[in-house]
Amino acid sequence: MQLALTEDQALLARTANEFITAGEPLARLRKLRDGRDERGYALDRLARMAELGWTGISFSEADGGLGMGLAEVVLVTEAMGRGLAPEPYIPSIVLAGRAVALGGSAQHKEAWLQPAIAGQKVLALAHSRRRGRFDLTRAPVRATRVDGGFQLSGEATQVWGGHLADAYVIAARTTGDDGDRGGIALFVVPAGTPGLTAVRQHRIDSLNVAQLVLDGAVVGDDAELAAGGDGLGLLSRVIDEATVALTGEMLGGMTEALERTLGYLRERRQFGVPIGSFQALKHRAARLYIELELSRSVVMAAARAVDAQSADAAQLVSIAKAKLSDAYCLVANEAVQLHGGIGMTDEHDIGLFLKRARASEMTFGDASYHRARYAELGGY
Amino acid sequence: MTDVESFRAELVEFFERELPGQIGELPPATADYWGGRRPELPHPSSQRYCEVMAERGLTAPTWPREYGGGGLDKECAKIVTAELRRLGLPVPLVGFGMSMIGPTLLQFGTDEQKREHLPKIALGEIRWAQGYSEPNAGSDLASLAASARIAGDEITINGQKIWTSYADKADWMFGIFRTDTGGKKQEGITFLLLDMAQPGVEVRPIKLISGASPFCETFFTDARARTRDIIHGVGNGWTVAKALLGHERTMIGDLFGAGGRGRPATAGNLLVEVARDYIGEREPGGRIGDPVLRDRVTQFTMEERCFALTMQRSADAARAGHKPGPESSIFKIYGTELNQRRHELILALRGPQSVGWEGEGFDPRELAQTRDWLRSRGNTIEGGTSEIQLNIIAKHVLALPD
Repeated sequence: MQLALTEDQALLARTANEFITAGEPLARLRKLRDGRDERGYALDRLARMAELGWTGISFSEADGGLGMGLAEVVLVTEAMGRGLAPEPYIPSIVLAGRAVALGGSAQHKEAWLQPAIAGQKVLALAHSRRRGRFDLTRAPVRATRVDGGFQLSGEATQVWGGHLADAYVIAARTTGDDGDRGGIALFVVPAGTPGLTAVRQHRIDSLNVAQLVLDGAVVGDDAELAAGGDGLGLLSRVIDEATVALTGEMLGGMTEALERTLGYLRERRQFGVPIGSFQALKHRAARLYIELELSRSVVMAAARAVDAQSADAAQLVSIAKAKLSDAYCLVANEAVQLHGGIGMTDEHDIGLFLKRARASEMTFGDASYHRARYAELGGY
Repeated sequence: MTDVESFRAELVEFFERELPGQIGELPPATADYWGGRRPELPHPSSQRYCEVMAERGLTAPTWPREYGGGGLDKECAKIVTAELRRLGLPVPLVGFGMSMIGPTLLQFGTDEQKREHLPKIALGEIRWAQGYSEPNAGSDLASLAASARIAGDEITINGQKIWTSYADKADWMFGIFRTDTGGKKQEGITFLLLDMAQPGVEVRPIKLISGASPFCETFFTDARARTRDIIHGVGNGWTVAKALLGHERTMIGDLFGAGGRGRPATAGNLLVEVARDYIGEREPGGRIGDPVLRDRVTQFTMEERCFALTMQRSADAARAGHKPGPESSIFKIYGTELNQRRHELILALRGPQSVGWEGEGFDPRELAQTRDWLRSRGNTIEGGTSEIQLNIIAKHVLALPD
């Protein structure tokens, strides 16, 4: 495993950064938020990312992709994190898209995956319920056998990219109870299916998330991904991949938050000197820089380990998410503090990073969850 | 066969056949040999091993041949290291001659100075000490006061150095002394070499909280040195001193870096074993009994892995031809802090068994680890305190104003 970018990867990183930072990304986010934009992101930006080839990165060429992996995906998400881009690249492509690619039939792929890669349709994956924390065995929906298919009932929460999505991958329990590893299935359910309602939820980070209510929605047997197989295994796998993509985004966000803070420390004057000349603040900034460097290494390593399907890939995913959760929140908290009074205003942009840091921490497992998972995987 | 391949073949032939033939049983990989006029032998054949290796230039593979080195390029030097490791043989010679003054002389010394001193280093004949810090010049090193008065070819030295590592075992010292008290404090400093075997030099070991004495105080009372042993000219010592500190930081980073010589690769598992041993487990081979300590073990293991990956990223970038990035500046701080945290965590896992000093009721491993913990408290102080390292990052990496 080489922890260095190839020339092609460096080029991709540059292109992604240029695309994201062109045209005041944070002003765009504010406009979507303050205008209470129903979608919360721009469909044409998602389509543009598709044109650039980024939506196809992690899919096989047979599925219409580029046959690359997470090592490349994290370069795109890192750029997105720098600009707090709200487009549902991770939920539609890395999460739901990969679930369809790995477990879907030719019909599923034609109906949902290809249009998603083309940036014409948006997919979302529903796997959590209120008070479920991060336990994937606590599926949000119950699936009951009916003639020729299943009837789905329940409520999934904070479905990322789920408002105005075109189709949903829904984790449902067919048999057994919370805590059981068996008895979980994934169903592809198109929007507009009777008995399915998506309601926009509003979070601190203004991202598009939805509450998905299923009230006896009926799906056919052919809606199940990896039918009869290990539904939880498939769900865990795509969530691990999306987790790595998210750590890339978090890395971009913390890099940007730290750079903005360093700029402020150099410019802001008090007592007749730049506040960045004070040793107490210098040392805090240097500590944040160390956290950033450690974070970058583990994101690169986790992406490469999952791509190579290394034996310790799942452990590295947990290290990466635990580290980035702690480090991004630390950097964001410190960024607000070091900005002083202006840092706590809505007017200043630094607070947007604080909000995104927390929401990212709470997506796909926080640091405590991943440390416990790491210990389980290590057998202690 | 390419040149590189035939070099490797010859080397292996030498290691596997000639070497045992000449000296018999070879020292183990852990046997560090420091050389010197009064050498300590970690293994009966350590000195002979060093001499035989030095004859072939293998104690200092990349140094030029005329100065006692092997004259090898980086690629061949890497083969030497790799083959030593593969065959379980130790690096033939370690110490501050090899790691600090040698590279500094190659950079700043005159041809005459290199001819005089480098071969003795490479042969392991002379062991070196570092005369930098003084009681009133620690982090503020440039305010040092120990004086060197030049008269003709002779230099007379008075004053005191402190934290001179292993000065009680060293033969020569490289150090910085004040030759001018006017002007900017950095400008009156001269870097010179002196023989410590003389009446004007007195060395007293300092006992640390761990009970060991790796450091000394060194007193100079009209001690003598020669002007030909001034490196890079009178008043230019600060430049030389800073360059040498760079070599020192690299050495310390290597030492504490995960995967480095100082750290077994399975440190994480070792912590789990200690935890199981002292806390017990829910069921055999199951979870560590105490969930808080289990989480601390995990937290530490993760941080250690992140650090090892960062060391690897730096090495990979160097191999790809990038200049060492600013990320290398974090190794001294973070590597030493991890070492401390590791020891603190083992104390927590062992509970009351972690506070034994000597004697009955404590097993030797417990006592040794407690001493190592005490010793580790110095890691973030020696070789430039963490606070000074943070200053360096703030200034040179983050471009924060003075």
